[in-house]
Amino acid sequence: MPVRSVEQLNEDILRPLVRTSWRYYLAVGILGSIVLAAVAAFLYQVYSGVGVSGLNEPVFWGFYITNFVFWIGISHAGTLISAILRLTHAEWRRPVTRCAEAITVFALMIGAAFPIIHLGRPYLFFWLLPYPSERGIWPNFHSPLIWDAFAITTYLTGSTIFLYLPTIPDFALLRDKAHGWRRRLYRSLSLGWTGTPRQWHRLEMAMRIMAVVILPVAVSVHTIVSWDFAMPPVPMWHSTAFGPYFVAGAIFSGIAALIIAMAFLRKAFHLEEYLTPFHFDKLGKLLLLMSLIWGYFIVAERLTIWYGNDSPEMAVYWSSSQGRFTHLFWFMVFCNLLVPFSILSIKHFRTITGTVIASTTVVIGMWIERFLIIVPSLERKYLPYTWGSYRPSWVEITITAGTFAAMALLYMLFSKFVPIISIWEMKLGMRQEAQSPLPIPVETRLPQVVAETNIPASVS
Amino acid sequence: MKRQWGMVIDLDRCTGCEACVAACHAENNIATVGDDQAAKGRSMHWIRVERYWEGEFPDVRLRYQPVFCQQCADAPCESVCPVYATYHNPEGLNAQVYNRCVGTRYCGNACPYNVRFFNFFNPVWDKPLNLQFNPDVSVRSVGIMEKCTFCIQRIKTAEIKALAEKRELKDGEFNPACVQSCPANAMVFGDLDDPQSEVARLAQSNRATKLLEAVGTEPNVICLRSVS
Repeated sequence: MPVRSVEQLNEDILRPLVRTSWRYYLAVGILGSIVLAAVAAFLYQVYSGVGVSGLNEPVFWGFYITNFVFWIGISHAGTLISAILRLTHAEWRRPVTRCAEAITVFALMIGAAFPIIHLGRPYLFFWLLPYPSERGIWPNFHSPLIWDAFAITTYLTGSTIFLYLPTIPDFALLRDKAHGWRRRLYRSLSLGWTGTPRQWHRLEMAMRIMAVVILPVAVSVHTIVSWDFAMPPVPMWHSTAFGPYFVAGAIFSGIAALIIAMAFLRKAFHLEEYLTPFHFDKLGKLLLLMSLIWGYFIVAERLTIWYGNDSPEMAVYWSSSQGRFTHLFWFMVFCNLLVPFSILSIKHFRTITGTVIASTTVVIGMWIERFLIIVPSLERKYLPYTWGSYRPSWVEITITAGTFAAMALLYMLFSKFVPIISIWEMKLGMRQEAQSPLPIPVETRLPQVVAETNIPASVS
Repeated sequence: MKRQWGMVIDLDRCTGCEACVAACHAENNIATVGDDQAAKGRSMHWIRVERYWEGEFPDVRLRYQPVFCQQCADAPCESVCPVYATYHNPEGLNAQVYNRCVGTRYCGNACPYNVRFFNFFNPVWDKPLNLQFNPDVSVRSVGIMEKCTFCIQRIKTAEIKALAEKRELKDGEFNPACVQSCPANAMVFGDLDDPQSEVARLAQSNRATKLLEAVGTEPNVICLRSVS
């Protein structure tokens, strides 16, 4: 049954905030214990030393930095997609933006933890921040890690604001509906929102500015993450293509994460009327495009290296295409190119199930991609005498598992306190369609109206 | 006076005896990590002697290449350190400030020579090595990088002594532990900016090469190697 009234809309979207099943508690329990195991593993590492990981000489970076790049990459879909769809006034964005923006914030929080987790002395991480200290030393602004620190904190701040601003009217709605401590919580979160025209105008202006500002920030963040690798003279790291290559990969994995999250929310919270096959079809097409762009980059990068035949680079090249990492490399190609292409290029398969399968392989494939960028290069660095090999320890595996659990956990907790679909934006969309004197083009309509065709929407 | 400390290694003289490795460990309080850790690739030798076989059996030739921090003029490790734990000192040395290091290990990745070492655990010394620490060198704790310093403690001692005696440092007045211990006299240390010094003279040899010169790090260690 299509969503047709404001009451039903409120009921559907606020249901998860009010009612919680035993399954939810069970999931929180399981995820929470995985996260606790990861925290314990990290504390064990702080107590004993980084030696409890599988890192060694010369492979100084392994799973932790893989996770860092991976999660920063995942964070790219949310804000970027949301900002682009807002700027282009695509009406079908309305049920998608909130859950996309939330992915960004949580993935960034997890990603940003890794540079600290991997430090030899993690309790001194604040030395990377510029603050007036008694030592009178500033951080080294030549270092890509400092650029990272700035880029990530900027992006985290920006995307948190970008998530928070359009949530204010919904917080106000919740404030009016809730009782007790929740009412107090939402009162402070809604910042005195009363819905005056002036407030609406300001919100609209702020969102427009934020959508424009956040786009270059998002692109710069993953470019700077790629420069962690592209700057030093390490074989197959030192590449001018890394900036756009990483940004493309980030958006690619981010869209995949968004599709998985949307499918999960749709099932768990019964949002079938809101997150429709239409959305998955659109995002599936975008995922297909990004898959092809990713494939283009990997061909462009590897072909030029193979043709150039520079011996230090070829040592790394062969180790990933014929040596130790062959299986992993071709599995990555299978996950990132073959599966998405064969599923998503056929309209018949571009269903919810189809896009979720493709997204799952893409997320796995992109994690492997990050690993294959980092580790083979460090294992085969110039002097053959010092070549090494890397194998993760249980500590790294536990912490990695913990991040996925943490992502799911944060997302689940978020969905219990914040409406996962923007209520006021849905209402606004419904009203605009009802009042529009001209027929709205199919591409920009709200999906359920597309399904109904020609029946005018009645909005109370 | 401006100096540029540098070293010349005559690879044609090197016998691969590794006396330099032992001397360096003793001089610089370098931890012995033990069998297990060494097998994991975590051994710490600020100087190591790499062995390379040339040719096909039975017509083979063994080459030794001692490798340690090349004290690069254009060092990739320096620019990537976010906290200035490694920096270029006024005497052209690639200095490492242990207290300042937070352990990103970025310098270790950036170094093309793999001569930077990380303390994966707190250092330990098997008995009786724990009784022979050099009091002039600080012991490094877990979580930080360390590397060859050209025995900066010896440099400073000699400089202070010369200053107290109101004279210039003499060429060859002191040497790093590896140079001092080399039985084949394959290593020479000194000021490359002083045209009179032994090291500057040898650096002009037509056998002079630099390790991984193509990477563009401008090493201050020069290898003498006849082309066969």
